Amino acid sequence: MMINERKPDFWRWEETRWTRDEMNWRDARFITCGIDVGSVSSQAGIMCDGEMFAYASVRTGSNSPDSARDVLRFALEKTAITLEDISYCVGTGYGRVNVPMADRSVTEIACHARGANFIFGPRVRTILDVGGQDIKAIRCDEKGKVLNFLMNDKCAAGTGRGMEVFSDLLSVPIGEVGDRSLDVDEEPPPVSSACVVYAKTEATNLLRRGVKTNDVLAAYCSAMVERMSSLVNRVGLEREFGITGGMAKNRGITMRLARKLGLEPMISRWDTQIAGAAGAALFAYALSLKGQGRPRH
Amino acid sequence: MILAGIDCGAKNTRTVIIENGAVIGRGTALTGFHQADAIRKSLQMALDQARIDRCGVTCIAGTGSGAKAISEADVNVNDIRAISAAAFYLLPSARTVIDVGAEESKVARIGPEGSVMDFTVNEKCAAGAGSFIESMARALEEPLDTIGQLALSSVNSVPMNAHCAIFAESEVIGLIHANIGKNDISKAIHDALASRVVSMIRRIGVNSDVIMLGGVACNVGFVEALRRELGLERLYVPEFPEYGAALGAAISAQGETNS
Repeated sequence: MMINERKPDFWRWEETRWTRDEMNWRDARFITCGIDVGSVSSQAGIMCDGEMFAYASVRTGSNSPDSARDVLRFALEKTAITLEDISYCVGTGYGRVNVPMADRSVTEIACHARGANFIFGPRVRTILDVGGQDIKAIRCDEKGKVLNFLMNDKCAAGTGRGMEVFSDLLSVPIGEVGDRSLDVDEEPPPVSSACVVYAKTEATNLLRRGVKTNDVLAAYCSAMVERMSSLVNRVGLEREFGITGGMAKNRGITMRLARKLGLEPMISRWDTQIAGAAGAALFAYALSLKGQGRPRH
Repeated sequence: MILAGIDCGAKNTRTVIIENGAVIGRGTALTGFHQADAIRKSLQMALDQARIDRCGVTCIAGTGSGAKAISEADVNVNDIRAISAAAFYLLPSARTVIDVGAEESKVARIGPEGSVMDFTVNEKCAAGAGSFIESMARALEEPLDTIGQLALSSVNSVPMNAHCAIFAESEVIGLIHANIGKNDISKAIHDALASRVVSMIRRIGVNSDVIMLGGVACNVGFVEALRRELGLERLYVPEFPEYGAALGAAISAQGETNS
């Protein structure tokens, strides 16, 4: 008989939802929607005349259309908005061409820049987006228009997926990785290899030698930060710098990145994971104003 | 004269002992974390097989990524020099040597006298070395020893899009869920690694004859994929290819003692 002992999923992060209850969406002329189907997570943002009304973030499933439907349903569940109320919908992200309800798709680079402009304000000039399977460094102007960008999507080093692998390897829930990596007596040197596969071997060896889990996490966070900072420096770092994506919630990364780059990242009151969806919803609003969306009244 | 070569690699540590140019002993141990233990174990195993003791060895040469840990070594031999020397010894007509190990792939173009003309190395990314197959074998739940054989029975070409071993693991699981045969997936895995190794080889050019060394040369599926990808009639794989660098180090030790 096989005994199936289920290991908890340490990498599993919380799916989130937010609604601005006091807003009267029925008054809105345009209700626009942005759906960002990423490789690891999917977000939906609902805006009423360019103001955020609701958003949701869920884990991407095995196919993009279902993930898009799921995240939109989740975002709308606590509201009375139906699909018919939506004036215009823009799909973005890795699975953007497979968003069934989208009127058109816009690249995630454009949406992230536009969304960062929304969540950090128009001062933001350099953006680091740490996604599930890629990292992007973007420079933008005061309107959130992309001036230049660099992307690494070939390799898991420095991505959210790489962090998930480590949280699983070390049995530390992903939400605790950042704080635990900062709870060390002395900052250890970064793991020597950027490659996640080799870093895993290195971490296993460190643990065997008796190095504490928190120190291994710290060593790995530092290695990730080196990857990120080199990308940001190559695209060109300006003082007004913001981090988006799930990794922006990891203090072990943001604090080390601030130290490495020598400046504090901008603070957002919004969930940093919704930048792409927010940008897409804003593009949808802009297109609606140009006459492409269906006005509600 | 009796000479020994020790190759301390990322995964395995191998020792070869030669006497007047003929191999008289081989030893191997998993490198693990304690490199010194693995080095001692593999050396002892080779000495036992050769029926000699440590004092009988004139010179010990160390090589590999863990060469620094070989306190027994009298001399250090550069990895590229080691594989080139082994290639020239095993196949004097060899002009290109490819060594694919657990964490490093190396290619060297060699001259008629066994000298190194050019070389290139991949050491930073698991997508281009044996670790890639190991990760995929785990995802496929197939033993590493037989995964190569499995690929030979496939005639289909299933594309693998992911480059990174971490992403490729998810892709392999996706292929399993899509009911793609294990043999087809195995071929896809080996083809993917072969195409990356070949793009590295092309940077320095390929001259025949081509010989392959390193632990991954024991994987028949990979050797076949590499041969096909290089468009070669024949890709030479010697007996005990995994001892190639250790053998080359032992051979190079001879030059050291002469000089």
